[in-house]
Amino acid sequence: MKRALPVLTVLIGIVVIWYAAAVWMNSTWVYDQAERAGTTVSFAEMVPQTMDQDRPLLPPPHQVGAELWKGLFGQAVTSKRSLVYHGFVTFKGTMMGFGLGIVTGVLLAMAIVRFRVMDMSVMPWAIISQTVPIVALAPMILVVSNQLGIEGREVPKAIIAAYLSFFPVLVSMVKGLRAPDQMQLDLLKTYGAGEGETFLKLRLPASMPYFFASLKVAVAAALVGTIVGELPTGAVEGLGARMLLGSQYGEPLITWAALFASAILAGMLILVVGLTERMIAQKMGVRT
Amino acid sequence: MKDTGHADQPVIEAKGLNLVFQTADGPVQALKDVNLTIGAGEFVSFIGPSGCGKTTFLRAIAALETPTSGTLTVNGMSPDEARRKRAYGYVFQAAGLYPWRTISGNIRLPLEIMGFDRKAQEERVQRVLELVELKGFGKKFPWQLSGGMQQRASIARALAFDADILLMDEPFGALDEIVRDRLNEEVLKLWARTGKTIGFVTHSIPEAVYLSTKIVVMSPRPGRITDVIDSPLPQDRPLDIRDSREFIEIAHRVREGLRAGHHDE
Repeated sequence: MKRALPVLTVLIGIVVIWYAAAVWMNSTWVYDQAERAGTTVSFAEMVPQTMDQDRPLLPPPHQVGAELWKGLFGQAVTSKRSLVYHGFVTFKGTMMGFGLGIVTGVLLAMAIVRFRVMDMSVMPWAIISQTVPIVALAPMILVVSNQLGIEGREVPKAIIAAYLSFFPVLVSMVKGLRAPDQMQLDLLKTYGAGEGETFLKLRLPASMPYFFASLKVAVAAALVGTIVGELPTGAVEGLGARMLLGSQYGEPLITWAALFASAILAGMLILVVGLTERMIAQKMGVRT
Repeated sequence: MKDTGHADQPVIEAKGLNLVFQTADGPVQALKDVNLTIGAGEFVSFIGPSGCGKTTFLRAIAALETPTSGTLTVNGMSPDEARRKRAYGYVFQAAGLYPWRTISGNIRLPLEIMGFDRKAQEERVQRVLELVELKGFGKKFPWQLSGGMQQRASIARALAFDADILLMDEPFGALDEIVRDRLNEEVLKLWARTGKTIGFVTHSIPEAVYLSTKIVVMSPRPGRITDVIDSPLPQDRPLDIRDSREFIEIAHRVREGLRAGHHDE
């Protein structure tokens, strides 16, 4: 309860501001309608009319909630109108990209920590890679993978997601693998431990806290990457495609519902990463 | 004391040892013309101010530093060969236990690397835990133990693989006086029971005199040996031996040696 209270306070604050903003933004349409009809509306008459428009500039929370509910539970989960279906497509893409990002990030970090030349040559490029806007890059990746004869969007989507998610893993793992101090390295040296053993017994376990901290960022980045990968024209599946559909057809409710569905998905992913971290931390004797 | 079979052969022998560090400010002579012979089963303390090379000398014995010139042998071999034959266990100033391993797991670390089988690992862990009086603490994680207990665990870790030489670099420097006294007593007991050759770096005159059969006094810039004192104290040393006349006399000589080294500058 002690932790829930501040969160709830902020939530209520957001909802209040949201309703106020909805009234303000949607009122324009109400006044325009009245002017065209040659009538006038009072403030008290206007407010209810901002709450259930078909195409509101800013849909109020209850409309988004209703649309989200309809999208999640209004039909079979296999239906193309189901947000569960689209959410699962996005989830699959996110997981593939996340996995690819982790593998890339960890392998690059290992190489960078091991070889000075890698540190000098790869690290600057890894940083530069993140300065290129992904929305500009995503269509190119799609086109190139299509040229290479890769069917469908799963692979390019995973590459786009991995492109965003490998970086936090790389940076954290470089720091984590270098975390052991000289004394700990000397100790292993006195045992005649080789490089492989030093890595497995010291560097890798020492890097775990850094690794999990980066995973929370990486999983969210992978989700963003996947959604961006679903945006370019032609995509019909995934939460990104739903968002685009909503904005193309002037159906803001669809966009908003897809937005919230992706927020829920992100929350669940971060929760799972957090729980895994707690489990491993307990096994590794972290003081609780 | 353990009979090593060839008592005439020194365990550690340094002849004309020099060690120069190349630093950003130019070369620093960490050790200059060090000559020292340590026999089997001796307890040797190295004492001196910071920068006198006592830790560097210990690290050179452990093949963690490479001498620039002169000869250094451990059990008649080069330090590097001796390391591969598991000649020594090293105890650092900080316990340096892995926080993600239990106490048993930490002691098992060198055994895993050296390829002991599981059964042997378990036996050895239990044996050294008893030796340092930490029986029953094997399943605890390091943070659940006090600083003194952690340092005992790190000594157990150094003892686990039966090295003949135990090298200790200010192992109790970070502990308070009372814990330190207790651990000093225990190290003496351990030494009497195992007959190991011990090299012990310290800042503390009483600690050096209380523990050692041989006290090596060193002075800085360049790091060198100024005096080697063979202690006449008996093997069996209760804590209150520190009030005896002999003890005070040796302590005085150590202090004189330290001061003489200082005047040379």
